[in-house]
Amino acid sequence: MNKMYGLCFHAVRQTAGLKSSRLLQRRAFRVSTLHRQQPFDSTLEKPQFPGASAEFVDQLEFIEPNVISGIPVYRVMDRQGNIINPSQDPQLSKETVLNFYQKMTMLNTMDRILYESQRQGRISFYMTNYGEEGTHIGSAAALNPNDLVFGQYREAGVLMYRGFSLDHFMAQCYANADDLGKGRQMPVHYGSKDLNFVTISSPLATQIPQAAGAAYAVKRENSNRAVICYFGEGAASEGDAHAGFNFSATLECPLIFFCRNNGYAISTPTNEQYRGDGIAARGPGYGMLSIRVDGNDVFAVYNATKEARRRAVAENQPFLIEAMTYRIGHHSTSDDSSAYRSVDEVNYWDKQDHPISRLRHYMTARGWWSEDDERSWRKQSRKTVMEAFERAERRLKPNPELLFTDVYQEMTPQLNKQRESLWRHVQQYKEHYPLDLYDK
Amino acid sequence: CECIIFSIDDLFRLVPRALPVHCFGAALLRLSPGCSSRTKTQRRHASHFTYQPDPVPTQYGPTQKMNLFQSVTSALDNTLASDPTAVIFGEDVAFGGVFRCTVGLRDKYGKDRVFNTPLCEQGIVGFGIGVAVAGATAIAEIQFADYIYPAFDQIVNEAAKYRYRSGNLFDCGNLTIRAPWGCVGHGSLYHSQSPEAFFAHCPGIKVVIPRGPVQAKGLLLSCISDKNPCIFFEPKILYRAAVEQVPVEPYTIPLSQAEVLQEGSDVTLVAWGTQIHVMREVANMAQEKLGVSCEVIDLQTILPWDTETVCKSVVKTGRLLISHEAPITGGFAAEISSTVQEECFLNLEAPISRVCGYDTPFPHIFEPFYIPDKWKCLEAIKRMINY
Repeated sequence: MNKMYGLCFHAVRQTAGLKSSRLLQRRAFRVSTLHRQQPFDSTLEKPQFPGASAEFVDQLEFIEPNVISGIPVYRVMDRQGNIINPSQDPQLSKETVLNFYQKMTMLNTMDRILYESQRQGRISFYMTNYGEEGTHIGSAAALNPNDLVFGQYREAGVLMYRGFSLDHFMAQCYANADDLGKGRQMPVHYGSKDLNFVTISSPLATQIPQAAGAAYAVKRENSNRAVICYFGEGAASEGDAHAGFNFSATLECPLIFFCRNNGYAISTPTNEQYRGDGIAARGPGYGMLSIRVDGNDVFAVYNATKEARRRAVAENQPFLIEAMTYRIGHHSTSDDSSAYRSVDEVNYWDKQDHPISRLRHYMTARGWWSEDDERSWRKQSRKTVMEAFERAERRLKPNPELLFTDVYQEMTPQLNKQRESLWRHVQQYKEHYPLDLYDK
Repeated sequence: CECIIFSIDDLFRLVPRALPVHCFGAALLRLSPGCSSRTKTQRRHASHFTYQPDPVPTQYGPTQKMNLFQSVTSALDNTLASDPTAVIFGEDVAFGGVFRCTVGLRDKYGKDRVFNTPLCEQGIVGFGIGVAVAGATAIAEIQFADYIYPAFDQIVNEAAKYRYRSGNLFDCGNLTIRAPWGCVGHGSLYHSQSPEAFFAHCPGIKVVIPRGPVQAKGLLLSCISDKNPCIFFEPKILYRAAVEQVPVEPYTIPLSQAEVLQEGSDVTLVAWGTQIHVMREVANMAQEKLGVSCEVIDLQTILPWDTETVCKSVVKTGRLLISHEAPITGGFAAEISSTVQEECFLNLEAPISRVCGYDTPFPHIFEPFYIPDKWKCLEAIKRMINY
């Protein structure tokens, strides 16, 4: 027994020096400071419990949750796009910043067109990203291209930043024969193996413990890769979120949890979602480093994600970033948010605190973007989106054979029989099935 | 037995106070002369089956005497040795597991490969899916099949659908989930369940149940190498009771292939896991007492199941008995029965018979009455023969 504790004590002593240094060498495993250090000694007036040490106290006092002042919001730019503290300006190149802007606006344009196309009955469903473009582009830009991304459903800008083509976005929404997902899922359930973006699924928060597992595997690969996991403040209420946070911290995973707190989970405002200080305040409860940022400030998002990524990989521990933002659009095309919030509220965020306009002010202040640039870019991006849209409209749907494949890696005898039975049936009743819309 | 009822005062007067807490109970029992540990009501019910070992396999190299949990350890050992990405995790696996299936593996392969997780089944399976998606081999342990339900969403909505929904861009085929399964004599509601029917309804996963150590190792290795997420249920009552000569080297037994354990001409008996040993005894009894020749089939893989072998047998015999511990309504026997009557209707000499658990939660003290024992199965055969 003594030998075991001696080893632990020795291990903690060894790492204590390392922990205090800023430049941490990559270590496979970090000894937690909460681990039992010294042998049991009942003569000491210190708690000896295996579960927690701390100190004894003889005043009865409940810890007050700090919801009034709460965790502060880190930002780099004010609402007018002016840098507040110059040391925090990431000083990205003009080319990089222009790319940020163009990706955010292209996303916005694609959203407008695809939302409209749902309204016209051309696609079945759509979800816009209005107001949250900064969270996508800022975080995506801070990652390496081979970092693995797990998303929820409102992160299309991450894919766009990485280079997912408009044709691929639209193919998925139209479920046509070019869809990488083979037409199996509702619109906006994107995925791309090449761009390391795991395919979206509808159940909320299921990606959170999965991201922890992926990060653990990536850690064992020793490949300098990180994993990022996006989710909304509503999904953070799911049990899977608790599971993912706890596992990633306990198992020491190089993982960034990125919570988009946009104020609503469909119609449910945050004061009906949680009573604590948002999601960032939960991080310390799991032993996780946490920060709250202004999600509409693309540089704040960038800086926080960049630093979190660096440390997550170097120190093999998870980071929690809560990006405060606002969902300007409806939850989806099946939602009309005027039923539960005022137009004034939405207009405030659209006009006074929008990630796109704040970045534009930053650019115009530096002479990097003019009114002419804006006009011609709007025209060009709209044209590009419309061309992709028209291509997608014309494309056939995938061959119905694809209904039966990929259930397992191999086709099973039962599925084969069912497939053949469907074909026989369709041959007999072909006039009742829309075969002309589908690839042969 | 009549125990003298002590008052609290009596207790403290008679039992020495210096005894540590855990000796108190033993001392108390000794002090009541009326209670003998050998009285009939206190003797626990004997096992409902006799384990029937497989013959020694000769085609996989040298063998070693192993029980079921040791054969599982052997499979896991082989896997960790040959696949550097493989990791094993779950509650309490680090010290060897509550059923000793992972004994020695952490010392041998390292704490980054065999590790405990927090107590959270949805986390264990979700984490396992993530490991598999990232390309590593994930072997997740759920401590009892009874506790698999928090992970149901991750299994059904995520693991099973990963490949299909992504258009084969992503999959978690590298995931295997293992869980102790089935009745154990005293397990009651939450340590005896056989949940295979819940998962049989879920396209995209495989569900596998071995009958003994040789099968367990081969089937588990098949599940681990299979490119689809698999659930491997291990009959816990067989962990120690089932002993066979098991090949030391890795080998695989094919999934989705039922095994005909003995051929017969009058009745087909289908079962899996522990119940196979009940059925083998029933087959002997049927031969001796009724002169009935039974064909015994071990289904092994519940999903996707080997309809061909079962239907071929029923075409020959004309009678089918399916038996499982899980409750009869919606149990997997219903699926087998339905398919067989579709495929073999005109060959049937009698209605298909299901001898299963009752539609109750798994009881504690009533287990001897609940389980589909050999007498219930024999009676069902009699009825089919005399139909």
